[in-house]
Amino acid sequence: MLWIRRFLLRLQTLFRRHRSAQRLNDEVQFHLDVQIVENLAAGMSPQEARYAAMRIFGNPTFLKEEARHTWGWLWLEHLAHDFRHGLRALRKNFGFTAVAVLTLALGIGANTAIFQLIDALRLRAIPVKEPQQLFTVQLASTIGVRGDQASRYPVLTNPVWEKLRDQQDVFSGVLAWGSNSFGLTPAGEGRLAQGLFVSGDFFHVLGVRSLLGRVFTASDDRPGCGLPGAVVSYAFWQRELGGDPSAIGHKLTLNNHPVEIIGVTPPGFFGLEVGSSYDVAVPICSQAVLWSEGTWLDEGTVWWLNVMGRLKPGTTPEKANAQLAVISPAIFQATLPSNYPGESVKDYLKFKLEAVPGASGVSWLRDQYSESLSLLLGTASLVLLIACANLANLMLARATTREHEFTVRFAIGASRGRLIRHSMTESLLLALLGSALGLFLAGALSKFLVASLGMEGDAPFLDLKPDWRLLAFTFGLASLTCILFGLVPALRASRVSPAEAFKSAGRTATASRKRFGFRQGLVVSQVALSLVLVVGALLFSGSLRNLLAVDAGFSQKGVVIAGLDLFRRLNVPYAGRVAFKQDLLQKIRALPGVVSAAEVEILPLSGNGTINEVWIEGTNPGSRLDSLFNSVSDGYFKAMGIALLAGRDFSPQDTVSSPKVAIVNQTFARKLGLGTSPIGKTFRRQATPSEPEQSFEIVGLVADTKYSSLREEFRPIAFLSTSQDPRPGPSAQLVIRSAAPIAETVSNVRGLVAQASPLITLGFQPFETTILEGLTRERLMAKVSGFFGLLAALIAAVGLYGVMSYLVAQRTNEFGIRVALGAQRADVLSLVLRNAALLLAPGLALGAFLSVAAAQAARAMLFGLKPSDPGVLVAAITGLGLVALLASFLPARRAMRVDPMVALRYE
Amino acid sequence: MGKPNDLVQGTLDLLILKTIALEPKHGWAIAKRIQQISREVLQVQQGSLYPALHRLEQKAWIKAKWKETETGRQAKFYSLTAAGRAQLEKEAANWSRLSAAINLVVETP
Repeated sequence: MLWIRRFLLRLQTLFRRHRSAQRLNDEVQFHLDVQIVENLAAGMSPQEARYAAMRIFGNPTFLKEEARHTWGWLWLEHLAHDFRHGLRALRKNFGFTAVAVLTLALGIGANTAIFQLIDALRLRAIPVKEPQQLFTVQLASTIGVRGDQASRYPVLTNPVWEKLRDQQDVFSGVLAWGSNSFGLTPAGEGRLAQGLFVSGDFFHVLGVRSLLGRVFTASDDRPGCGLPGAVVSYAFWQRELGGDPSAIGHKLTLNNHPVEIIGVTPPGFFGLEVGSSYDVAVPICSQAVLWSEGTWLDEGTVWWLNVMGRLKPGTTPEKANAQLAVISPAIFQATLPSNYPGESVKDYLKFKLEAVPGASGVSWLRDQYSESLSLLLGTASLVLLIACANLANLMLARATTREHEFTVRFAIGASRGRLIRHSMTESLLLALLGSALGLFLAGALSKFLVASLGMEGDAPFLDLKPDWRLLAFTFGLASLTCILFGLVPALRASRVSPAEAFKSAGRTATASRKRFGFRQGLVVSQVALSLVLVVGALLFSGSLRNLLAVDAGFSQKGVVIAGLDLFRRLNVPYAGRVAFKQDLLQKIRALPGVVSAAEVEILPLSGNGTINEVWIEGTNPGSRLDSLFNSVSDGYFKAMGIALLAGRDFSPQDTVSSPKVAIVNQTFARKLGLGTSPIGKTFRRQATPSEPEQSFEIVGLVADTKYSSLREEFRPIAFLSTSQDPRPGPSAQLVIRSAAPIAETVSNVRGLVAQASPLITLGFQPFETTILEGLTRERLMAKVSGFFGLLAALIAAVGLYGVMSYLVAQRTNEFGIRVALGAQRADVLSLVLRNAALLLAPGLALGAFLSVAAAQAARAMLFGLKPSDPGVLVAAITGLGLVALLASFLPARRAMRVDPMVALRYE
Repeated sequence: MGKPNDLVQGTLDLLILKTIALEPKHGWAIAKRIQQISREVLQVQQGSLYPALHRLEQKAWIKAKWKETETGRQAKFYSLTAAGRAQLEKEAANWSRLSAAINLVVETP
């Protein structure tokens, strides 16, 4: 019970502090009065009585303070006092406060925004039950994988998945999913939904319950299931159905097939791919219905299902892997596809499944941007460091002007600890204000960053809601910056010596010279770090420029890409498809301004690709060459501006029944040892799941072009003719080169297609845009690092300006004397500039050293530039040096204009 | 300045507890009483009583009440709580033991 009483007493003194203090005053006053009365009674004079009472009592102010100390709240009072005082001081120096808070906010905001992305992409687990138990099941080695790879992630075929599902005893549950997009509208230009094909147990194994309706069960996912229903995401339910609680039973149209909504998942669940959010999920078995071009369910050569397992409690990943290794041979033995190319069969039978941690899901975005984001976080933290150095400098300058105040406070009894605390409170206030504003900026900045990661109108989905990690990060950052820029000035301010400071109340000579050394050190490090950022900015923008200037072998200017969904709803048999497309192309070529139009299977730089082994008949297997393949129609090379060096283009006379022909590029000819005249030669291509081994006659030689990336060297490419394809697919991709404005071409082609059939849907994009989108990462790095570099240079210039101004102010009388003794104004100017250069030179030298070291980390992201590119280094040093000299020129000019009379009189 | 003159550290608490054991007293009266009983030997600096009183009050060993004195003025009267009485007994016993031991050492020839 005692502690309750004590607690209540503590509360009383906390919440009724004023009353308690008043009571204490009364108590002490009463004591003194009684003593005075007694003293008077003893015959003292009133004054004497009062004096004697005071003497025997002691120092009442001090004793009252001691008594209040026992209440235990003095620290709080001091804190409140410091805060009030700090706020007042900050308000009084509004300019200083604004600059400090703004630079901090920019620094903290940038760091927080980038951290937020890293958090969402890398640190968070996927939003399911106990994600640490989830493991991705994939092939241990992909050597010998043949057929179509329909995902960016490690995937398996459906037969392998089914065998694994039925035979495994490794996991407590396994799941599979494949992603695809579904057309939502029955007709016209389709809006697309992000679709998932999921195994029956998908939601159960993940532990995701339905918010409305139900999720799938194993019985939904069985061969021949048709379209038993769709589970939709919370976001889709809100967006498309307005969050209607009676949405269950509502019909959706997916790729022209009606399907009933059976359930809605909770808001937190976005799927297993970080960076995108699913809209609609249907069972894997529905693929047979939704795909007009046949089923993938029995295909042993279409790799499209991501597989995960939930580890049994008590098992280790090692055990799981060992068990997977045991069951693998049987699974692959049982699923060997009949059309698997003979030479790869032995690889197939040797495939082994392995389990790797899957708690963070899969993410192409993460694979693409992890390194960039880490680099950007490093860059942003450098900006913050520079901002801190700048603030420390400003705080030191202020501490110098307040030296007198501190001296007086110290002399009248403030402890050093109290002075440091007071100084730190002010820094803490700045840090808190800065991070509050920074957090606000970060919200906008991270949205901007996410938007610039995506393609036009297709920003990636990232869950950016602030979590404890983000708040901890920001708060940690604020505390760190506070210590960084506040501690040294506080320690220095408290290191006052009353005797010395009182002696020279105005300008001190020796003490501040020493302090000034530290400030110069700060400026040197600021210049050095800024140089690192400027070099980074130049390297990234230089790489982007180099990539854009790279000769890809084709010219993208004036080319527009049209994607056509031709035969999904328009029923044309295989035999008629080539002629249908030829006819459409002929009409497009006749449009005004159109130079050439052609079909292409794989658009350069799209990231898709086909690779097969080729060889000259009769040569030994060692001379086989891995060649890239593409299928194009006649007119492609003209449309893309690719030079035809020898031989002929494809023509409509190349048909399914005529001998197979190919056009190859220079690298192909050289690497196969065909030299510059390969026309008429024949090469063989290995068997593929869809076609046997066969020969192609080379009828043309074209200039080299880039295939999947601007960064790559030219690789061997063989072009085949689309008109020789016996089973043309349902969609087609056209390249159209036109001298007319793109908008005009687009509307003309639209008109033509609508005339041909209203069942065809299509979309357009200028090829230049496609290429720029392929350079998203490079553009992001150039943009953001450029911004940081500029910011850093600016902050460093402000820092140098501040220090030089201080120096000029300190030496005003010296300059006056110099001028009075006959120094030329120009001499004074050069004296100050020399001083600035003395700060600048070691900063730039140190910075150059640091830049070369730091740029190594970015080596993989550079193109056409070495990390230690001398041109970049020289440009950065010159640029930053000029800005810095300009910043010190203003104070120098002030020094030059010093009036000797004024300066001397002041002393 | 903070410590009472000639007083062994910590004994001030004991003196205060003992002084108000019989009846509630205000600060001045406590100081006066300590002086009188000790035949003016213990010169307590009167003011230093107050931090001690407040500390004891926070520990809930003594409680305070504002009451009118004979002269009609409001004064803060301190009295022992139950916990305070126990503490007094403990400290008094401690003190007896300590002083007896010191006596023993000092007076042994």
